[in-house]
Amino acid sequence: MNRHLLSAADLSRDDALLVLDTAEEMAQVADRPIKKLPTLRGRTVVNLFFEDSTRTRTSFELAAKRLSADVINFSAKGSSVSKGESLKDTALTLEAMGADAVVVRHWASGAPHRLAHWIRGSVLNAGDGTHEHPTQALLDAFTMRQRLGRLEGLNVGIVGDVLHSRVARSNVLLLHTLGADVTVVAPPTLLPVGVDAWPCAVSFDLDGVLPKCDVVMMLRVQRERMHGGFFPTTREYSRRYGLDARRLAMLPDDAIVMHPGPMNRGVEIAAEVADGVRSTIVEQVANGVSVRMAVLYLLLGGDLSAGSEDVA
Amino acid sequence: MTPAHASPRLGDTSPGSPRPVSGDPTTARPVLDTADVGRAVTRIAHEIVERNHGADQIVLLGIPTRGVTLARRLVTRIAAVEGTTVPSGSVDVTLYRDDLRLRGVRPLEETDLPPDGIDGRVVVLVDDVLFSGRTVRAALDALSEFGRPRAVQLAVLVDRGHRELPIRADYVGKNIPTSLRETVHVLLTETDGRDGVLLGPADVGRAPAGTEEAR
Repeated sequence: MNRHLLSAADLSRDDALLVLDTAEEMAQVADRPIKKLPTLRGRTVVNLFFEDSTRTRTSFELAAKRLSADVINFSAKGSSVSKGESLKDTALTLEAMGADAVVVRHWASGAPHRLAHWIRGSVLNAGDGTHEHPTQALLDAFTMRQRLGRLEGLNVGIVGDVLHSRVARSNVLLLHTLGADVTVVAPPTLLPVGVDAWPCAVSFDLDGVLPKCDVVMMLRVQRERMHGGFFPTTREYSRRYGLDARRLAMLPDDAIVMHPGPMNRGVEIAAEVADGVRSTIVEQVANGVSVRMAVLYLLLGGDLSAGSEDVA
Repeated sequence: MTPAHASPRLGDTSPGSPRPVSGDPTTARPVLDTADVGRAVTRIAHEIVERNHGADQIVLLGIPTRGVTLARRLVTRIAAVEGTTVPSGSVDVTLYRDDLRLRGVRPLEETDLPPDGIDGRVVVLVDDVLFSGRTVRAALDALSEFGRPRAVQLAVLVDRGHRELPIRADYVGKNIPTSLRETVHVLLTETDGRDGVLLGPADVGRAPAGTEEAR
């Protein structure tokens, strides 16, 4: 593995499988009376969040703490960033405090890449703008493998606001690496420019795609990023691209429904679907901790100066 | 574990696929042959049952990779003697090692505990080679987080000396005096295609055993 985790595209097939296999061992810790490993004692992990987040930040925090790392949470609100401090100055401050890893979420696509040039520690991208969210893609792949037993040859539909979704991009890249067949489904206005170059199929017709999906992943309609008319009304969006009970019935019997959260119930996913037996939404959150423990271990667990040449 | 398989490769876990033995096998000297290994395992099985007055309270936990194989063989031998199948499993100690920072990150092995856990049982840890004792220390740390065994005992196929911690084995297949520059290779049919123990010269390009390799 590289020293940083910036993009799902940086992971080779072997790297990605190593993360998933490691996460499987890490998952056992959650079942023990003492949910703690001594592995990262003395390492410092900084959570640097320039955007609001509940699950990703707490998930990274819990993962680091279960591995006994020291965790510093730093959010833009209430920090010197609100006094006008630049990303670089913030980074150099954290560097001076001896951070071994910086988990960064930023509203600007590419911010983690910049950060990686400025600091010596590892940088983990926890979501940058509309670009990437690699640990989400890893936990989604982990959940699919856990539920369906394989990734190779799975048909995965990723549905909704692909344009604003870092989850969609990371998932398409990672699932392609792992041998799944991905179809993104969205209204033309919610597809990014250049989607033809992605390693996936593109469709505008959800009803046509559902019958052959092993996995359907619903994306949140990101209203906070929408500054224009991408669809006429929420109701029309929901009627054409929302997953309700009628559409759920079109899926093959063992297919699963995923959502990266937070959900807009009644918009992209109906409440009865979100809470149904096929939904993996709660598992995804639990798996997020295991997968992030695996990533932190693989980046910080060895000799930081020598790199990790022992990893296949 | 010996330096011979200190870097297990992922995906190379299928039974019977031989792991590479480092050092020059032509100069490695056999110290135990197939029959010797079999007799040692049988004797250890009897000793475990004798010392614990039966097999009722025993749980066998192997340390990957070859410790797990040996634990499975002990289960079979004890079943032949006592007629009961004792619970067994594996404990990966990687996350508890004290030398993680001395080299690149290590892939994890499987941890698999018996369904009834280890609380109140006599846990017998099983490994192939006892060397510095650091692996056993890591295993004891791991066990304390899985539960509270009534007692912990240690069974090893080979004790090669050079302890760096106050740890000893309760059951030893064979004491083999070694120098720090030598390597001990334990071969088991399940992983290496045949049974045996080889004593070889130091691996070329490796630091003297006991500094880099903590087992």
